[in-house]
Amino acid sequence: MSLEQFKNRNVGTQNYVPLDLEMPPSDPWDKFTQVVKRTFKGELFVGLWIVFREMVKFDIHTVQYPQEKLPIGPRYRAVHKLLRLLESGYERCIGCGLCEKICISDCIRMDTKIDENSRKEVTEYSINLGRCIFCGYCAEVCPELAIVHGGRYENASEQRAHYVIKDDMLTPLDFLKDQEEFPGFGAIIPGSDADVKKTPTAY
Amino acid sequence: MQEAPIIIETVIKAVAIVLVFSAIAGFTTYIERKILAFMQRRLGPMNVGPYGILQIAADGIKLFTKEDIIPSKAVRAVFMIAPIITAATAFIAMAAIPFLPTFEIFGYTVHPIVSDVNVGILFVLGVMATGMYGPLLAGMSSANKWSLLGGARTVIQLLSFEVVTGLSILSPLMMVGSLSLIDINNYQVGGITNWLIWQQPVAFVLFLIAAFAEVNRTPFDLLEHEAEIVSGYATEYSGMRWGMFFIGEYANMITVAFLVSIVFLGGFGDGGLLGGLAVVGKAMFFIFFFLWTRAAWPHIRPDQLMWFTWKVLMPVAIINIVITGFVMMF
Repeated sequence: MSLEQFKNRNVGTQNYVPLDLEMPPSDPWDKFTQVVKRTFKGELFVGLWIVFREMVKFDIHTVQYPQEKLPIGPRYRAVHKLLRLLESGYERCIGCGLCEKICISDCIRMDTKIDENSRKEVTEYSINLGRCIFCGYCAEVCPELAIVHGGRYENASEQRAHYVIKDDMLTPLDFLKDQEEFPGFGAIIPGSDADVKKTPTAY
Repeated sequence: MQEAPIIIETVIKAVAIVLVFSAIAGFTTYIERKILAFMQRRLGPMNVGPYGILQIAADGIKLFTKEDIIPSKAVRAVFMIAPIITAATAFIAMAAIPFLPTFEIFGYTVHPIVSDVNVGILFVLGVMATGMYGPLLAGMSSANKWSLLGGARTVIQLLSFEVVTGLSILSPLMMVGSLSLIDINNYQVGGITNWLIWQQPVAFVLFLIAAFAEVNRTPFDLLEHEAEIVSGYATEYSGMRWGMFFIGEYANMITVAFLVSIVFLGGFGDGGLLGGLAVVGKAMFFIFFFLWTRAAWPHIRPDQLMWFTWKVLMPVAIINIVITGFVMMF
């Protein structure tokens, strides 16, 4: 399946095929003729042929899950990530606390302090994944694209506390070059610069 | 003292048949899962051993070590005996079937049939019909309504189709004039054109349909229809007792496959090596056909089954017998 098809969420009529159904038979003679017609129509053999053809074609659709995985959509909302600035490697998070405020299940907590450069520095940042409903508000509200949703949906762990402290979510410094700009939930829509209009000053 | 070698030979053959066919029955479960999977564009078991072949061993270990639960309200003795009836009758039925032509090994002539009784096919069909008591007793003794429904369906299905089996096999038997499967086989010696299927195509189709019902395969597997009655008569069974029902079912499948190949498709012909391979190949085709239909066809309802048996198959079988009789008379 191509990604375009995968992302198309518009439910329309394009996938439905209208059937040309007859009315069920009413009198006994019609029932009898229907039975005879169906008996000699060979529909059972059509069924046999179809499954046999599929077996010979051997077009297997199984995904052997732990070894191979299906692609997930870029807007998928899995476990969060904290991103860094691409050039300098500083943390993007400015400690504004909007995510903490908007979180409807109240699962984000952060601690901040003023560092030596008089900038706000985030000392602690944790998301309680036991409570998180992955609504994506935090990623949407973040002005710096710092907290985003990642694609890591395999959450099995020995302890519930895993994945949720700042060190787990933050891009490690040595992997900074692998950090990709997040195209998913809360990201700026491509081409949105063109949509920005000047503030009308005619009032 | 003259009879001792015969007894020893018979015991060896019986043990060999039980061992070989329970192994084949186990292997058939793997084949079934694989073929069904391929027909549904899946892979089937893949993780235990290469291509999942050791899945049989895993299933066997699981079945043997699983707890054997007997419900407290069940009728204990009957509940425990029922699966043994199914498995035993399935293997007893094999006693009168010549699986391979006679061959010589180390200068000793082996007849690969436990006992060539002169009512061979009657014996096979009779014992397989007795196998009905397995599901029936299991269903009645389990103290479970799904089991009871499964048991009731067993009776209506097998009793109805016994009639069709008997009547459809009658016309080829009239032509052969013997009930022994070896005689039936020898009647068809001499190439494909001598097979009974060309002279009795209607009887072949009827017998094949009835065979599906006898071994409870898909169009007629009302006994353990998951969507309707959980698991039918086997609902309360677990562990090896449940496994015995399954071995019985698959052994019945093999029996019926050999029966159809011998009665209608010429069996092993004149009895060379090629004939031996041919009969095994034919039987394998029918086992494949059983799995094939399971992938392709839907179940039918009990009332449709009764309608189909008594209003369609039985009249057709009787007309077939009458026509055969007239053709033989004039």
